[in-house]
Amino acid sequence: MTVSTATTAISTASAARRTDRRIRIARRAATPVIVVLSLGGLLLWLSTLELDSIEQRTLNWDYIALRTGEHLNLTIVASILVAVLAIPTGILLSRTRSRAARGFVLGLANVGQATPAVGVVILLAIIWQTGYTTALVALVIYSFLPVLRNTMIGLEQIDPFVKESALGMGMTSGQVLRRIELPLAVPVILAGLRTSLVFCVGVATIATFINAGGLGDMIVNGLKLQRFPVLVTGAVLVASIALLIDWVASVVEDVLRPKGV
Amino acid sequence: MPESTDTALTQIASRTDGARIVLDRVSKVYPGQDAPAVEEFSMVAEPGELIMFVGPSGCGKTTTMKMINRIIEPSSGSITIDGRDILSLDPSELRRHIGYVIQQIGLFPHMTIAENIAVVPKLLGWSKQRTAERIDELLQTVQLDPGTFAHRYPRQLSGGQQQRVGVARALAANPPVMLMDEPFGATDPITREKLQAEFLRLQESIGKTIIFVTHDFDEAIKLGDRIAVLSERSQIEQFDTPAAILAEPANAYVRSFIGHGAALKRLALIPVETAVLGAASAAVDHHRIATDDSLRDALDLLIVTGAPAIGVVDRSGSLVGSLTVERISTALGADATALAATRSDEGRPA
Ligand SMILES: Nc1ncnc2c1ncn2[C@@H]1O[C@H](COP(=O)(O)OP(=O)(O)OP(=O)(O)O)[C@@H](O)[C@H]1O
Ligand SMILES: [Mg+2]
Repeated sequence: MTVSTATTAISTASAARRTDRRIRIARRAATPVIVVLSLGGLLLWLSTLELDSIEQRTLNWDYIALRTGEHLNLTIVASILVAVLAIPTGILLSRTRSRAARGFVLGLANVGQATPAVGVVILLAIIWQTGYTTALVALVIYSFLPVLRNTMIGLEQIDPFVKESALGMGMTSGQVLRRIELPLAVPVILAGLRTSLVFCVGVATIATFINAGGLGDMIVNGLKLQRFPVLVTGAVLVASIALLIDWVASVVEDVLRPKGV
Repeated sequence: MPESTDTALTQIASRTDGARIVLDRVSKVYPGQDAPAVEEFSMVAEPGELIMFVGPSGCGKTTTMKMINRIIEPSSGSITIDGRDILSLDPSELRRHIGYVIQQIGLFPHMTIAENIAVVPKLLGWSKQRTAERIDELLQTVQLDPGTFAHRYPRQLSGGQQQRVGVARALAANPPVMLMDEPFGATDPITREKLQAEFLRLQESIGKTIIFVTHDFDEAIKLGDRIAVLSERSQIEQFDTPAAILAEPANAYVRSFIGHGAALKRLALIPVETAVLGAASAAVDHHRIATDDSLRDALDLLIVTGAPAIGVVDRSGSLVGSLTVERISTALGADATALAATRSDEGRPA
């Protein structure tokens, strides 16, 4: 009697785990399916249209590949810069005792994010220059905060007794950081990077205002010249990239999450 | 300079069956506090000795202990291990030769049990082969099957199992000194008793110098070679063997710490064979106790059975005598007299 109850409990548990996995796989598959469907739909719809010469100039593979390439380049380079700059800053800040320094840097990053992105881009263009570098700097400023904040949170949420026992066993503070703190903070830091990446995809559309290319060109041209298909294509592409990048980041998060946590 | 540190550490590390620890007027004042948490604490722990710190919460047990591996730096005073001033040694290197078990266990959640145990051997540059063998040996020592547990993660273990891993991890590089802060604190009474018994058996075979912090006076009696009863600011109220403290508490503070039933607690420390036994023929019933059981177990059996006398058997199982309540009481009195005699021999104030 007890045995059969126990067996039932176990099989219920494993059934629950199986449905859990099925839900997870379904959720994982949803994004690529939606993206493929909407891109396919877009293609089908465009193929039914008679394009005029203006539309033909933008709605061709070469042009779209160029703009998409620019857009991805801005997004990815900016995110790499953010990772390279914000993670070490977060580590340093979480190690300083000075509350003032932490408050100041966090405040600065907050201003960067709270200021409307268009404002940052145009301001930079006015006081500095237009073009790719300026767009990149604006993107970095804008998406710095999530990575910085998550690095700090990721390091600070670690059980202090885990750190104490690492130190007590004879690790130097550098070894504690590399072997214990960073691996345990990885999931939180990656979540910050994922947020940053998605921010970047959206904000990179603004690069067009300062001649830095990207899919923003298609959207703005579509609006300016009142070419609906161009506008829609640009918008759908940006949305698809954002979804796909978010999806890739979520897969990476799962792969890099330390086992046992 | 680094060379002398190296030789000092090598010397300490080679004392795998215990090093002498000397604390001399050690104090700790936490920044921003007026009163010291530890004031002028002096103590000598002999090699291979298991010393228990008992005292109420906040009296400074943990602070005192953590100054020995420099997790907390002393404000004044000196601490030496095997004659070496620890403040002259590199703290990280020093800690690799001091086993450290904290109450909160602090296993690394992202490492398997085997990886957790391998941390100090890795820091000391052991070969993979040697480390792997050591992990197996240690898991067996703390009674966890290596095949089942080595590749699990900490969260897949029960609290008691985690505490065993904590102890195994601290023992990994065979350090001469162990610091243990309430290592069995977070377990239920039954698991706790089992861990204590295992630990005693372990200490008999490894014989490290151990500082062991506990709240629980009964745990201190059971495990300690000597007990330091501490009060506010880590003041030593009494520092002596469990039997001596139970027989002659130094003051009212110590007496209050012992609580009720001091005589019964003492009986638990005295083996049956030290009592003067009656004739074997007096044991008319079939109730038997072994010579290496405690007098407390004997008394327990007498009370439970209501028999006037119980038989005592030796290891081979043959009847060697009998015990009555009177004889147990006499043995307790003799024990106290013997204690007093050894104490006056050593010229210590009684
Ligand atoms: N990091 C710290 N900063 C300031 N004061 C501290 C710190 N750690 C401990 N104290 C204080 O020092 C005193 C001794 O603390 P300690 O942790 O050594 O006590 P304990 O005897 O181990 O207590 P418990 O049995 O509760 O663990 C306490 O009054 C405590 O408040
Ligand atoms: Mg404590």
